[in-house]
Amino acid sequence: MKKINKIKIKLNGKISMVSNNLTLLDYIKKLKIPLNKVAVELNYEIIDKNKLNNFIIKKNDKIEIVHFIGGG
Amino acid sequence: MKIDHFIVAKKKFKSRLIVGTGKYKSMSECARAIKISGADIVTVAVRRVNISDKKKPLLMDYIDPKKITYLPNTAGCFNSTEALRTLRLAREIGGWKLVKLEVLGDKKNLFPDMIETLKSTEVLSKEGFEVMVYCTDDPLMAKRLEDVGACAIMPLAAPIGSGLGIQNQTNIKIIRSQTKLPLIIDAGLGQASDAVIAMELGCDGVLVNTAIAKAKKPFEMATAMKNAVIAGRYSYLSGRIIKADYARPSSPLKGLI
Repeated sequence: MKKINKIKIKLNGKISMVSNNLTLLDYIKKLKIPLNKVAVELNYEIIDKNKLNNFIIKKNDKIEIVHFIGGG
Repeated sequence: MKIDHFIVAKKKFKSRLIVGTGKYKSMSECARAIKISGADIVTVAVRRVNISDKKKPLLMDYIDPKKITYLPNTAGCFNSTEALRTLRLAREIGGWKLVKLEVLGDKKNLFPDMIETLKSTEVLSKEGFEVMVYCTDDPLMAKRLEDVGACAIMPLAAPIGSGLGIQNQTNIKIIRSQTKLPLIIDAGLGQASDAVIAMELGCDGVLVNTAIAKAKKPFEMATAMKNAVIAGRYSYLSGRIIKADYARPSSPLKGLI
């Protein structure tokens, strides 16, 4: 049986396991998050949404995905 | 009477009432209250997406940012670094440059930390943001904010969510007389008459959240706030009578039988 390589990352403050060699764009698509309503940060750096495909997720990466909610 | 637009950062708005989108029972209640209030601008917060529950309703599904101007805030930020990070993320969501800066210094009273606020205003303005700034009602700090590029001065009336109304009318009057920037009362209003007073003091607008969202009947309070802001503005523009210590008859004495 083929062993699937998974790596440990932190997504929105919680530990998550993701496939190796996954781009940020693939990952967000997989999570079914509407890209037009969010912003993405990788290791405290904001990533241009048009360039998410250029970033391959690495072990221990810290990803933050934020959106707007009600607030005063 | 010519149309009296509310102008912030060179953008024209019809309503002088800005409404916060927090603390409502549901998204649909929030959306309806905003519609009733007639607000053109609503404040929104930036938070993590709920990864585990993606069916949770999204604000953008209820309030269309193409129809209503979103004003991203930095509520919950207690230093400049956090506030800058939050607003840069807000800009990335969809190009928002008009923002509400709110750097808090005290968890109990939610008073703004004006040193951090001033620092953040300067950085954000240089980065091309149009910064509407939540601040204390200190005229000297208001002037400093203006000097570093704030596009609107937003002093608190009283602590956030307190509903106490304007605690220091004199300071608001002084700030009004010293600045041509939009002056917006942000935080602490409790009822429609508080909004009228703010507008009669010459403020350009008011920002209300808790007073509407937590009223027993939010839709009725949204209506009241809408009309209060209009009434207060017209009252301010009309030039009130001079106060007198004694009565002045309203009916002519001539021809009295």
